[in-house]
Amino acid sequence: MIAEFLDLAFISGLMGATMRMATPIIFAALGEILTERAGVLNLGIEGIMLMGAMTGFVFTYSSGSIWFGVFAAACVGMLLGFLMALLSVNLGLSQHVSGLGITLFATGLAMFIYRLHFGSPTVPPIIQPFKQVALPVLSKIPVIGPGLFTQYTLTYIAWLLVPALSILLYKTTIGLKIRTVGENPVVADTVGVNVALTRTLCLVAGGALMGIGGAFLTLAHQNMFLIDVIGGRGWVAIAMVIFGNWNPLKATIGALIFGFLDGLQLRLQSIGVVLSFHLFLMIPYLLTIIALIGVSRRAAVPAGLLKPYRREEKGG
Amino acid sequence: MGKNDQPVVSMSGITKRFLDVTANRDVSFQLHSGEICALLGENGAGKTTLMNILFGYYACDAGEIFIKGEKVNLSAPKDAISRGVGMIHQHFALVASQTVLENIVVGTASRKGIFLDLASARQALVRLQERFGLQIDPDARVWTLSVGEQQKVEILKALYRDVDILIMDEPTAVLAPAETSDLFNTLRSLVQEGRSVVFISHKLNEVMDISDRIVVLRAGEVVAERKTSETSARELANLMVGRELLESIEKTERAPGDPVLNIKKLNVLNDKKLAAIADLNLTVRQNEILGMAGISGNGQTELSEVLFGMRSPSQGVIEINERSLKLGNPAASIQSQMGRIPEDRIGTGLLMDLSVEENFILENHASAAFQAYGLMKSQKIHNFSDRLIKAYNIKTAGRDAITKSLSGGNLQKVMLARALAGEPSLIVASQPTRGLDVGAMEYIHQRLVEERQRGAGILLISDDLDEIFALSDRIVVLYEGKIMGEAPGATASREQIGLWMSGVMA
Ligand SMILES: Nc1ncnc2c1ncn2[C@@H]1O[C@H](COP(=O)(O)OP(=O)(O)OP(=O)(O)O)[C@@H](O)[C@H]1O
Ligand SMILES: [Mg+2]
Repeated sequence: MIAEFLDLAFISGLMGATMRMATPIIFAALGEILTERAGVLNLGIEGIMLMGAMTGFVFTYSSGSIWFGVFAAACVGMLLGFLMALLSVNLGLSQHVSGLGITLFATGLAMFIYRLHFGSPTVPPIIQPFKQVALPVLSKIPVIGPGLFTQYTLTYIAWLLVPALSILLYKTTIGLKIRTVGENPVVADTVGVNVALTRTLCLVAGGALMGIGGAFLTLAHQNMFLIDVIGGRGWVAIAMVIFGNWNPLKATIGALIFGFLDGLQLRLQSIGVVLSFHLFLMIPYLLTIIALIGVSRRAAVPAGLLKPYRREEKGG
Repeated sequence: MGKNDQPVVSMSGITKRFLDVTANRDVSFQLHSGEICALLGENGAGKTTLMNILFGYYACDAGEIFIKGEKVNLSAPKDAISRGVGMIHQHFALVASQTVLENIVVGTASRKGIFLDLASARQALVRLQERFGLQIDPDARVWTLSVGEQQKVEILKALYRDVDILIMDEPTAVLAPAETSDLFNTLRSLVQEGRSVVFISHKLNEVMDISDRIVVLRAGEVVAERKTSETSARELANLMVGRELLESIEKTERAPGDPVLNIKKLNVLNDKKLAAIADLNLTVRQNEILGMAGISGNGQTELSEVLFGMRSPSQGVIEINERSLKLGNPAASIQSQMGRIPEDRIGTGLLMDLSVEENFILENHASAAFQAYGLMKSQKIHNFSDRLIKAYNIKTAGRDAITKSLSGGNLQKVMLARALAGEPSLIVASQPTRGLDVGAMEYIHQRLVEERQRGAGILLISDDLDEIFALSDRIVVLYEGKIMGEAPGATASREQIGLWMSGVMA
């Protein structure tokens, strides 16, 4: 069996799987970083991903255009992000309650719409999923090339989004405003930044990313919609945000580790090693707890996270 | 500085209500160009509220505001900023985790396209620093700066926005004397350029020193307006409080008794793992107030934290009533008959989201007086709370009121009431009157002196020299974690103490 591990095809395949399995986590984690940097914890993430997965599937099935499905998933993510903003920003409700509420609501709604559309078929309907695209030149690199650089277009987009979000947060005026709102909304308000608008826009944009992350699972990873398709990946993304100290690049590293474990588990199953997926699902959390023990003293939690902001409310 | 030209700011008939309190009632206020106008008033008189209205942070319920002759409708701070109004808040408005430069440029137009243009912002900042002599490293993270330095960042932040009407809400409350005089130099050069400043402070001698004109608020209304040259600190104090204040605190002669606090060879590290207290020996006796003077940041905070059990020393012994104290254990400190008045009443002293009553019993909620088998004895607790509210004349809607609704002076009274309720034999009071108005200060001082008469020993840690001299039987000066010198309270000279405070051994 050792020989099978060291097999080049195995390694190359594992690298490819790592990238694929990391993709939805990267989308979701980037979306969550954006909202948390603006001071809102969006626990609606799991539900938003599921709605994205369902919407992407249904629209692709009906229209025949897979990109239309991705677009629809992003729009639904934005709508749910906006709902989160209405509850937690405009009404100032508890972020925990609003987020969990959205996840519960979206989970029910996703199944409801799916049933409305397809009834209860004995064989689940399928679509023609995304095809992997081999990048010219890069995919010809021996050993790593075929695995790493033959991926879905959405995976490439996820990789472009990582530096894009870093630049947005750290190099632009908008990013400085977002970070200030997340650290201290009073400061932001007193320098003329619109706190509610900033938080709302971040939730909407973050929702779009979460929706696309969910759609990846039904449009690329699989070609059908099942109710447990997200399988806790939204929560994993939140764990990766903490693991990555609210930094897009570091959270992506966390997502890759998860992708690796996830990919490894699939490979091991295919060569006859039986280990529960759930055991592997635990590992990222364990990793996060261990990492948090190490970094918690230096953790850069946005100081304004979880705090609703109302101007005339007397603070501490 | 013409007296006839129209004011740069004119507010009239301003009224502001918060639920059941009227913070401002029909207030009129003018500010002229090139003047420093001081705003005085007791805690809760409505100074901050009035200025927050001018800054567009609060919306007023009634009244008109004119800025530079133009009637304005301020719906957010950005409306005020665009008209040249800047405000430095009582509790600084800076993002601790960001750099000085980032704090200064946020929300301004320092950009190229969508990108931050930190290079030219830095140049502009350096020019400002040179012009006003406010040296600060633009790349330092704000949390690494001292409060005096943070203040400079706040001023630079306002100047960077080209503010010509600057509101400063108690800027000197946390500054060392040298920092205050730096600040005053900056303010003078600002008004020389034709800018105007509103200056809020409880320190009357500072107000007499820096302002041109003084407006006094009491219970939300303007009660007096004086030219600084035509008034005195004494008159101002009486105007603020609405009654005659005592000339000085009366203390009867008392011979100090047995030691209640004995500190031997104490060594403490600060958060950065550097020595904060080095080989400190100290004794406080019954019937004695030991005043510990010193510029803040010389180990006072760490010393009080060790006494309160919130920090473990690296070495040393502390004895209370001749029994050694279990170190690094807050419960042990509470049980040792120590009345604790921490310097940060909001952060460590009180739970702002709990009721006044809950704060009263915070330290003793587990004692047999207040609970039986884990059930609270509500009636006993109610009686206890009502008694304290009455005895200390705490202004609150009632024992059930949420603590953050209280003014600074009343918060301090809650802590004091709690600390003194058990008739402690030792009281450690750290900056007990910081940010308090003269009336509240007088009350706290009187109470401390009464406790001394009762027989308690008091360690008074304060960076306010007036307070040290008014109360202390004996004065020690803490400098870089060591005692620089000791003098009897009655005969100590300010010059000598001042020299010790700045580390000069003369
Ligand atoms: N946001 C708010 N919500 C409710 N009540 C408030 C609010 N801000 C101020 N108040 C109340 O309005 C009154 C005036 O408060 P303000 O802060 O203006 O006083 P101040 O003169 O600045 O006092 P201090 O010297 O302690 O700073 C107080 O009774 C205070 O409790
Ligand atoms: Mg105030």
